[in-house]
Amino acid sequence: MIREYRTIEEVAGPLMLVKQVEGVKYDELGEIELPNGERRRCRVLEVNGRNVLVQLFESSAGINLAQSKVRFLGHGVELPVSQNMLGRVFNGMGELIDGGARILPEKSLDINGTPINPAARYYPSEFIQTGISTIDGLNTLVRGQKLPIFSGSGLPHANLAAQIARQAKVKNKNDKFAVVFAAIGITFEEADFFISDFKKTGAIDRTVLFINLASDAAIERISTPRMALTAAEYLAFECDMHVLVIMTDITNYAEALREVSSARKEVPGRRGYPGYLYTDLATMYERAGRKMGSEGSITMIPILTMPEDDKTHPIPDLTGYITEGQIILSRELYRKGYLPPVDVLPSLSRLKDKGIGEGKTREDHANTMNQLFSAYARGKEAKELMVVLGESALSSIDRLYAKFADAFEAEYINQGFYENRSIEETLDLGWKLLSILPKGEMKRIKPELLEKYWPKSQA
Amino acid sequence: MVEGKILKVSGPLVVAEGMRNANMFDVVRVGEKNLIGEIIVMRGDRASIQVYEETAGIGRGDRVVSTGAPLSVELGPGLLTNIYDGIQRPLEAMREKFGANLKRGIDEPALDREKKWHFVPALKFGDTVSAGDIYGTVQENDVILHKIMVPPNVKGSIVELREGDFRVTDRIGKIKYPDGSIEEITLMQKWPVRVARPYREKLPPVDPMVTGQRVIDALFPIAKGGTACVPGPFGSGKTVVQHQLAKWSDVDLVVYIGCGERGNEMTDVLREFPELTDPKSGKSLMQRTVLIANTSDMPVAAREASVYTGITIAEYFRDMGYSVAVIADSTSRWAEALREMSGRLEEMPGEEGYPAYLTSRLAQFYERAGKVVCLGSDGREGALSAIGAVSPQGGDISEPVTQATLRIVKVFWGLDASLAYRRHFPAINWLNSYSLYRDRLAGWFSEHVAKEWMDYTARCLKVLQAEADLQEIVKLVGMDALSAEDRLSLDVAQSIREDFLQQNAFVDIDCYTPLEKQCGMLDLIFFYEERAKDAIAAGADIEDIYSLPVRERMGRAKSAPNDTYRKEFDAIKADIRDQLEQLKRAAQKD
Repeated sequence: MIREYRTIEEVAGPLMLVKQVEGVKYDELGEIELPNGERRRCRVLEVNGRNVLVQLFESSAGINLAQSKVRFLGHGVELPVSQNMLGRVFNGMGELIDGGARILPEKSLDINGTPINPAARYYPSEFIQTGISTIDGLNTLVRGQKLPIFSGSGLPHANLAAQIARQAKVKNKNDKFAVVFAAIGITFEEADFFISDFKKTGAIDRTVLFINLASDAAIERISTPRMALTAAEYLAFECDMHVLVIMTDITNYAEALREVSSARKEVPGRRGYPGYLYTDLATMYERAGRKMGSEGSITMIPILTMPEDDKTHPIPDLTGYITEGQIILSRELYRKGYLPPVDVLPSLSRLKDKGIGEGKTREDHANTMNQLFSAYARGKEAKELMVVLGESALSSIDRLYAKFADAFEAEYINQGFYENRSIEETLDLGWKLLSILPKGEMKRIKPELLEKYWPKSQA
Repeated sequence: MVEGKILKVSGPLVVAEGMRNANMFDVVRVGEKNLIGEIIVMRGDRASIQVYEETAGIGRGDRVVSTGAPLSVELGPGLLTNIYDGIQRPLEAMREKFGANLKRGIDEPALDREKKWHFVPALKFGDTVSAGDIYGTVQENDVILHKIMVPPNVKGSIVELREGDFRVTDRIGKIKYPDGSIEEITLMQKWPVRVARPYREKLPPVDPMVTGQRVIDALFPIAKGGTACVPGPFGSGKTVVQHQLAKWSDVDLVVYIGCGERGNEMTDVLREFPELTDPKSGKSLMQRTVLIANTSDMPVAAREASVYTGITIAEYFRDMGYSVAVIADSTSRWAEALREMSGRLEEMPGEEGYPAYLTSRLAQFYERAGKVVCLGSDGREGALSAIGAVSPQGGDISEPVTQATLRIVKVFWGLDASLAYRRHFPAINWLNSYSLYRDRLAGWFSEHVAKEWMDYTARCLKVLQAEADLQEIVKLVGMDALSAEDRLSLDVAQSIREDFLQQNAFVDIDCYTPLEKQCGMLDLIFFYEERAKDAIAAGADIEDIYSLPVRERMGRAKSAPNDTYRKEFDAIKADIRDQLEQLKRAAQKD
């Protein structure tokens, strides 16, 4: 039985207090009817005796305490799902906005999902080729991984994400593949970039878009990524598809969360973000993965802009603690004109070790990867020293390392947004660059592999 | 049975009225779904309850029933190789019954009620027993002999004890109490998680927990019964260090608590451990492991309980006389769960919003570690070592959880992001890490490994410290300003870092190094240092020493097989001697 209440007592920011209610449950979905007949949605945040505190999903403009009505619908926030969602555009609340025909839903799913039993997960280990050397070669992405891109204002993270969506494929397989894209509070131009890129490449037909633009209600952003993930879970675990979820920008999401938290007068954690930011982010990120009883997978690429490029800011920091690595973009490389400007050293893919090697990529992958990392790190150190003391202060071997670091940035990192390299090309390029250094420096490569792959002309 | 009605719901916190007769810390069942919760505050007839499951759909007026008992774990055969959630529900069994996602309000006993175990009594009719005595044993698997103990606080005489195959709840015998009453004995006992299990006496830890990780064993060792913490920013390899410890530590049992961390990491342990062999027993590593998984997407209140569940299980095995390691990843997530509940209870916050009792809770947890004389008349000794990962925000170890932890634990393995960027793993910073057990363990190392062990390891630390100072100079004035001796010292430091401290967890031989081999590796490096010093004194050029071919061979010494490395090391030594001798002679000729 659904009852209507006209007992709204208070509206402040995104929160509303309703009094004298009966039988309302925690986390229940509500509907507010404005005097002009307009309906808006809200969710129960706290039940306290006969009062309930609800959070609005849309703006509070026009709500009238005396005449607005609230109904509680007896269930949580749900998203109607169907395979026909592919190719369609929704708003942040899961309503169609592309003007097309209505979709007949298969079922409705609670957008909060339920945690995956850790005993029912499969460990992600299938290599995804993104065609980007810095990712495939050094920070390998695998199916079911959550690998965020840490970016800064003005850096081309959108281009990188679009490149991954365009080029990603699993070696030697023709599986059903889909993209779920969640725009969280980004500008029209950025959203448009993605949509037109998806259209240009034809990817749009296998893409579901959830769009909450900067001009839309900030509070809607709290549900947007959950809508997208619910759609992704349906496609992955019930339709056995391999789903790539791109969410941009998580920073906007966290700010919306902070808005609600401060409106509730909660004790803030660092920088005013709520203490439960970690848990909250985790309930989204952890929805990536592979699980028993289903062929599909969810691979997640959340994008976030680090305020002031500060990696220790709570949003990137807590994200890094949950996700399985991070791709960090570098302003320095971008200024040099190297694209995509992936900052190789602090970037990391935690799951790479299980996704590479013989049978997956190539036997020499792990060894060359470690060697490239340490050589580039040493080269960069040498270059820093060179800035302070001049080239003559370097030993001859350090000079070679400096040369290697330059070549590595110019060739390996700088591949542009439209070059699609196979993993073999990436690995061979790695060998070519390593051969700038003397063979004796290859301490991280097994002797057999060194014999087999060391470029002959240089030897 | 106390029954109340819900007044307030705010996330995992529920307030119910009509609870005047309930006890603090009683477990309660909440709402129609029978969600599991625990009373954490009582005010008048109102009880504040933290609920271990998602509370969506709970509202005012729903009923709350107290079970009258505190949160307890089931202890008995069947614990090993199992994976539990934060309140000891068996995840594998739940997956089989209820599917891949976690449903709410599930009641599934922690120990398999159907499985039969073969019990062999160690006592007979008429024997008088008291707490901690061993009724008999169950060979739980190839590795662990499960000792069925007289529960703490019990005293009496055996009336009956049978050999045979029993389920955990079956009667294996009867005991007569001093007051004449008779009670059944089963294979299983229960214990409240928030109460430390009693022991007879605590002992100072004097044996090392050998981990096969070179930087740990050689520079910052931990004792059996000791406590350690591993703080580090994300990406610095905390979890890999923890996994390595769980895999290779020379303990009898490992309880691994995944507290608010990634689901895939637990899956990794679950899938990988059964395939690894324990270097000590030669059997699968999983057989000595109990997993507690409360991943970050699972309800936050159960995360708070998970560390207690884990350490109680560990104490139970310690009481059998085993050496147990509890590895908790990560205690910061546990502290955050405390913070969240504290916030919802509207308590006055301490630093960074953490409750004021954070430090005392942490201290209570780590104090449950230690080497003890167990209860029981045989005077057996058990040890419980506790190792906690800490995830400081922004890698800044001045934050409250790290600082509170450092005040308690004796070993600090500080992970360093800059080492991780250089792919120096394990990224344990040798300059700021410490172990307060070094001196206490010196006797054991000298006796069981080699007399030189303590000298070598102390020398390592000295060289590395000297390197840091020299690097400062190099940064200011360049390498050329250094004397040949100092440059050699840098060279030796580099060798220690690259050839000794760096250890690849993903390579078969390198992932575990026996102590003797560790000593041999250090011996090589210092042998090289001695000879090179000699050569320099005779006038050899340091650049020539840098480029000796034997250096590459030294770099590969770590991958010499663990059983035949001695021959290889001797050959390397011969090379060092010959090649430096040549340089020396050439220099003397000039």
